Amino acid sequence: MSMKLVVGLDGHATGERALDHAIALAKMAGGAEILVVHIIEWSPYSFHTAEENAMRHKRREEEITLAQDRIIAPAIKAVEAAGLNANGKVRHGDVADTLDAITKEEKGDQIIVARASDGGFASRIFGSATSNLVMSASVPVTVVN
Amino acid sequence: MKKFGLIAGLLAMANPAWAQEAQSLDARVNEAFANATGPFVSFIFAPIPGTSFPWIVMWLVIGASIFTIYFGLVQFRFFGHAIKLVKGDYSDPNDAGEVSHFQALATALSGTVGLGNIAGVAVAVGIGGPGATFWMILAGLLGMASKFTECTLGVKYRNEYPDGTVSGGPMYYISKGFNELGLPGGKILAVLFSIFCILGALGGGNMFQANQAHVQITQITGAYPGWITGLVFAAVVFAVIVGGIKSIARVTEKVVPFMGVMYVGAALIVLLVNYNMIGWAIGQIFAGAFTGLGVAGGMVGALIQGFKRAAFSNEAGVGSAAIAHSAVKTKEPITEGFVSLLEPLIDTVVICTMTALVIIISQQLLIDQATGNYMLNEAGSAIATVDGNSGVALTSAAFGSAISWFPFVLAIAVILFAFSTMISWSYYGLKAWTYLFGEGKTTELIFKIIFCVFIVIGAAANLGPVIDFSDAAIFAMAVVNIFCLYFLMKVVRAELASYAGRLKSGEIKPFVH
Repeated sequence: MSMKLVVGLDGHATGERALDHAIALAKMAGGAEILVVHIIEWSPYSFHTAEENAMRHKRREEEITLAQDRIIAPAIKAVEAAGLNANGKVRHGDVADTLDAITKEEKGDQIIVARASDGGFASRIFGSATSNLVMSASVPVTVVN
Repeated sequence: MKKFGLIAGLLAMANPAWAQEAQSLDARVNEAFANATGPFVSFIFAPIPGTSFPWIVMWLVIGASIFTIYFGLVQFRFFGHAIKLVKGDYSDPNDAGEVSHFQALATALSGTVGLGNIAGVAVAVGIGGPGATFWMILAGLLGMASKFTECTLGVKYRNEYPDGTVSGGPMYYISKGFNELGLPGGKILAVLFSIFCILGALGGGNMFQANQAHVQITQITGAYPGWITGLVFAAVVFAVIVGGIKSIARVTEKVVPFMGVMYVGAALIVLLVNYNMIGWAIGQIFAGAFTGLGVAGGMVGALIQGFKRAAFSNEAGVGSAAIAHSAVKTKEPITEGFVSLLEPLIDTVVICTMTALVIIISQQLLIDQATGNYMLNEAGSAIATVDGNSGVALTSAAFGSAISWFPFVLAIAVILFAFSTMISWSYYGLKAWTYLFGEGKTTELIFKIIFCVFIVIGAAANLGPVIDFSDAAIFAMAVVNIFCLYFLMKVVRAELASYAGRLKSGEIKPFVH
């Protein structure tokens, strides 16, 4: 069975470096499969107005379509152009938890992400999504600079 | 518009003659409003012949009691399951990004937790004495079953449009449910409910909020005409619901839960500081519940006030929550019913009781030391208070007696609660409005403008006529809603039996997180 690499993309340029690294790694491993994943930051415990709730299903579909078109589709194309097999997934949730959950579901062997492009005050207190992932992931994590 | 309000306020302060004229405008608004709403209010609060008991209060309590019995104490049997649903234990991870049970509950709560819990309780305890608290808690516990019934139906019969948006609420379950059961008159009842819902949105969901927010502001700034506050509020609400300035609503939705927690926290501090009086206060609640302790109307007076204010605060049986809860993502409508039954518990049994205990313990209500009974004010209509306060001012004084700076925080909380309740009710009213007149930009805009105009009227009128109309409008919704729930409750019972069976057999099981 071939290896499966899970690449977490955040939609920023840094993500491309993670994808490039994954492609290089997959080639070295003799054709590993690549799963590109984008997580839309979302908490089921946030607060919304009644009107936002009524529109939520529609918005969610729009968010997923947008992520598929802008992030996942180009990434899959890049992987396939390198002669490798690729799949994509978009899901809402906490970035670190959800990326790990998908990796477990899909039996991924390794997660590859770029160094966090977020920063600032909040990440100093709560840690960035990347550092949370490194600490909590159930498979090895490669963080690309 | 907002600028105009501020300028008008400054002018009023600078020019006494102008201020007087402005005050008389308030008086004219008040008189016209009281005259216009009088007959409607009298009908809703008409006493049962031969008694002083308003039939509407009996209507709500009997409804809640019947649902409690019919569903076999569902509020207690499924309480634990409701908590698990809110935590997300039964939520499919693939539905992430949809409206969660927690979010539907939080949105509904932001519409109900508000001035009813702060000002409404003060009105109840101020007129009905500490005993009103007992009846309020009882009404809250029974009301959980009403809420369960209406919110299950709200999700079951909601409209899901091709573009992915949803609309739900009593008008939909009444018309669709009656149709499904082959009962006549569903459409007429749904229309009637919608009319009352619009009045309720303009009354309790709008005027009462604006009125009490104004009272709270004047506690700090000193007196100035109410219509000025009204204009400022109307401008901000207009900016959100018409201008689509989501950022204001978003900030409020984030600050309001924080305010709610802080309010309960402050109440707990007051109670802890006076821990030696908690036993006495609870004694007063029980004694007052069955004797009245000298309040106007005695035990019945306490009971009426308790039940009235509980219904006004948690809106169980009113139908408004069914509109808010219907946006949830679930394959099982009944799960939202379970979640919604937590609402009266949090709103009434916890938060309202906290307010009542703080008012009782702070001894703002004057007691005749000779008899141990409460003293009445000069008019004999309410209990005399230390500074003659009533409504939100009484709650503010009660907190202020223990935490001197808290009235300032409370003022901010009241303004934010009032604002978030207005935003919620503008949506409920709009849903009823579009049910009647169809969806479309122009019809929606007309309602939104009417809504903003009523904010100004509410802030300018006196508490008496405003609270009467607000109560009457909200209870009128309950007249239609509960009547229809009697016919539709068998649908909910079938759902309950099916769900409970599958839960027991393990067919419905929590997702492993």
